[in-house]
Amino acid sequence: MADQYDIIVIGGGPGGYVAAIRAAQLGFNTAVVEREHLGGICLNWGCIPTKALLRSAEIYHYMQHAGEYGLSAEKVGFDPAAVVKRSRNVSGRLNGGVGMLLKKNKVDVIWGEATIPKVGEVVVSAMKKSAVQPQNPIPKGVLGEGTYQAKNIIVATGARPRALPGIEPDGKLIWTYFEAMNPPAMPKSLLVMGSGAIGIEFASFYRTMGAEVTVVEVLPQILPVEDAEIAAHARKRFEKQGIKILTGAKVTKVEKGADSITATIDDGKGTQTITAERLISAVGVVGNVENLGLEKLGVKMDRGTVVTDGLGRTNVPGIWAIGDVAGPPMLAHKAEHEGVICVETIKGLHAHAMDKGKIPGCTYCNPQVASVGLTEAKAKEQGFDVKIGRFPFVGNGKAIALGEPEGLVKTIFDKKTGQLLGAHMVGAEVTELIQGFVIAMNLETTEEELIHAVFPHPTLSETMHESVLDAYDRVIHM
Amino acid sequence: MPINILMPALSPTMEKGNLAKWLKKEGDTIKSGDVLAEIETDKATMEVEAIDEGILAKIVVPEGTADVPVNDLIAVIASEGEDPKSVQAGGGASAPAPKAEAAPEPAKSAGSPAADNVAKAEDASTQRSYARVDQAPSGPATVASAAKPNGAGQGARVFASPLAKRVAKEAGIDLGSVQGSGPHGRVVEKDVRAAMSGGGAKPAAAAPAPAQSAAPAPAAAPKAPAAAPALAQSASADQVKAMFEAGTYEEVPLDGMRKTIAKRLVESKQTVPHFYLSLDCELDALMALREQINGAATKDKDGKPAYKLSVNDFVIKALAIALQRVPAANAVWAEDRILKMKHSDVGVAVAIEGGLFTPIIRKAEQKTLTAISAEMKDLAGRARNRRLKPEEYTGGSTAVSNLGMFGIKNFQAVINPPQGTILAVGAGENRVVVKNGVPAVVQAMTVTLSCDHRVVDGALGAELLAAFKVLIESPMGMLV
Repeated sequence: MADQYDIIVIGGGPGGYVAAIRAAQLGFNTAVVEREHLGGICLNWGCIPTKALLRSAEIYHYMQHAGEYGLSAEKVGFDPAAVVKRSRNVSGRLNGGVGMLLKKNKVDVIWGEATIPKVGEVVVSAMKKSAVQPQNPIPKGVLGEGTYQAKNIIVATGARPRALPGIEPDGKLIWTYFEAMNPPAMPKSLLVMGSGAIGIEFASFYRTMGAEVTVVEVLPQILPVEDAEIAAHARKRFEKQGIKILTGAKVTKVEKGADSITATIDDGKGTQTITAERLISAVGVVGNVENLGLEKLGVKMDRGTVVTDGLGRTNVPGIWAIGDVAGPPMLAHKAEHEGVICVETIKGLHAHAMDKGKIPGCTYCNPQVASVGLTEAKAKEQGFDVKIGRFPFVGNGKAIALGEPEGLVKTIFDKKTGQLLGAHMVGAEVTELIQGFVIAMNLETTEEELIHAVFPHPTLSETMHESVLDAYDRVIHM
Repeated sequence: MPINILMPALSPTMEKGNLAKWLKKEGDTIKSGDVLAEIETDKATMEVEAIDEGILAKIVVPEGTADVPVNDLIAVIASEGEDPKSVQAGGGASAPAPKAEAAPEPAKSAGSPAADNVAKAEDASTQRSYARVDQAPSGPATVASAAKPNGAGQGARVFASPLAKRVAKEAGIDLGSVQGSGPHGRVVEKDVRAAMSGGGAKPAAAAPAPAQSAAPAPAAAPKAPAAAPALAQSASADQVKAMFEAGTYEEVPLDGMRKTIAKRLVESKQTVPHFYLSLDCELDALMALREQINGAATKDKDGKPAYKLSVNDFVIKALAIALQRVPAANAVWAEDRILKMKHSDVGVAVAIEGGLFTPIIRKAEQKTLTAISAEMKDLAGRARNRRLKPEEYTGGSTAVSNLGMFGIKNFQAVINPPQGTILAVGAGENRVVVKNGVPAVVQAMTVTLSCDHRVVDGALGAELLAAFKVLIESPMGMLV
């Protein structure tokens, strides 16, 4: 029977499509329900297209500073439409790639919006609201509306931007990442509400492209999940680039003008107003738990996300949840990993629940920020007696050669056991480097193995080594 | 001074290995770190690396030689300035490492940040052995190499994360006794913490200290760091003999069976957490039924009955059915998991001249008493002639050991790994018991179930034994 599946995954984002492919590998008859874009927010409106935009900004930045490298570049400029078009093409290409991967793995794609009227059944109907534009073409050969049976249903519906009351995005003056990613024109001035990864990346992009940017963060530090020292380092760099940053401050009111907004900002000591062409609301995301029928099935939820047992199981047998909808951290790589764990659990393999303390986080602003594990504050809060190592990029030959002498690697060890508790980095290419520490933490290395490992010279990765050496008072290049 | 290359020990319990391949030939220049040869054991292949430089002067043990004892001379390297041709093997073809005064080597690598994971040892006479296991990950092996001396893995090294090793070392936990939950059973920090809080592992310090003074290890053998002492080694033959006057005893060499019994039962007692449950079973109903069944046996022309059931046949059958009724107890320990058996494969200890065998009655729950009886006669007969095939005495989740015929009232049997339990059966005898408030004479026997606590917990063992008792006391239940 064609409409009888072992597994139906609702949502074709990074969590959903990866889960579906893993399911197919394990021999399950699998389908994915998607209503808008294969690859989800990550691939179409998040991780990937922003990296394309930021790459344009980075090259533009280098061209502006060509003289520092002995090069000349005249009449340096950019075509905003072409920059955005490149970003859209990158997404389009990967979107098609996901379709191909699903096809290759014989995963059916069902196009539309899903509800779960009862355990074991998924009803797919046409999408009620219109899709975010531009939409990639609907893949060929997809199944349509109808009722489908599945022994297991995996909810992977992701998340959407959180809206603050009174400051709801309107798509024109108040943007979410959807509009910020696809601007009709470059705004001259911009107010960014929220300094998490999304807010800071857009701030960095638009500042490099020449906009006056102000970032407002309600917490006392920007990049609130990062180590305070790293965030402070990044803040200094941003401010040097001309980004205005207000921390411990709240946007209390937004008035819309014809082609601008005026925001009232309260920093606890007083209020000020800032007028900017556009406002980007980047105050977090909320899980897409609604309109699926989960409440009726009695699926347990907590603060807008589905509660699972760490292996994707909800309290209702046959209903599973992964990714953003299953709770923070709302990151694509966490969703992908959860998808695999969930499917392997369904298969009866003894998957291990994910250790959420070892999920890396990366922010692709300039300078980049990357981290894994506990911050210094969190480590102390948990009662660890810590040993801390720091190493600045200025002591690294490769960083100097690259013209990137600003950066910092901070490592935190448990004094008692030598366990690497956390690693925090800011500087060039650190998002590519952090994985070294991620592997180290997952293998439960102590300082000893890290000290003994040979890091290739000359690379930025030597800063990681030196940071570890510094924690044990053995640093060489400082 | 010529350097003797000795057969390395891959593990503390390795006694011999096969010299699989020479990667260098006589006359080759050897640099420190060069791989000289590959050694195979039944568990792994390892490489012999050179520590010193020189010229490979002589290969003493040709490649393809099987069962080369540990510390036998396998090659000689001429060091710089020496004429390879004139170099002679230091102590002949099988020069054992000097044994006599070799003091137990201090665990010099323990705790040093520079500790490498090779089992390395040296002595004053430049005898060197430097073995590395193929699959060994990097990291300090100071704890790992020493952690398994309890024999939990028959001398295999313990795979553990560096953090787990360090936490274990600081807490004095014997890593070999910690059950790993990581990939491929690797011990991770969480397991050590669990062992610390749950008492799942015994602190190494509580284990008997190695009898170092009494058993000088060959100088070139890997040493256990003092931090994680091995279980007591038996005293050597010479030391035992020294306690008795010469001529007052006869020396009996060990045959294969005796060696196996010694090895397996030491392993069992050292690694299997035994506990024992005893109860009494009344036998009147069973004896009556047995008499009735045996009386009904047809006789052949010589007047020999077609079968004659023993009490033990009933015990086997009852245990088999009890295991089906309490399936959780029908299980064996497999290091990182438990194997729950579908059928009741019951081993039966058969004493023979010079030892014992434990052949297995397979699917005993499905077999009739007469089938079990006939099979038992066949197996016991062939066991006495040592004609059993290995597959006839391997496996099983439990066993029956019956010493009732010797009048033994009760005893505790040693579990035959990996079986989860063993039932020790005492003699059936008339006993006075209180029934309905008055003394009564019944036939009864005492049985004792030894359980591997890793597989069968107390309540589960009790449940199994209770199910067994019901069957013995209401034996008709075995017939339906």
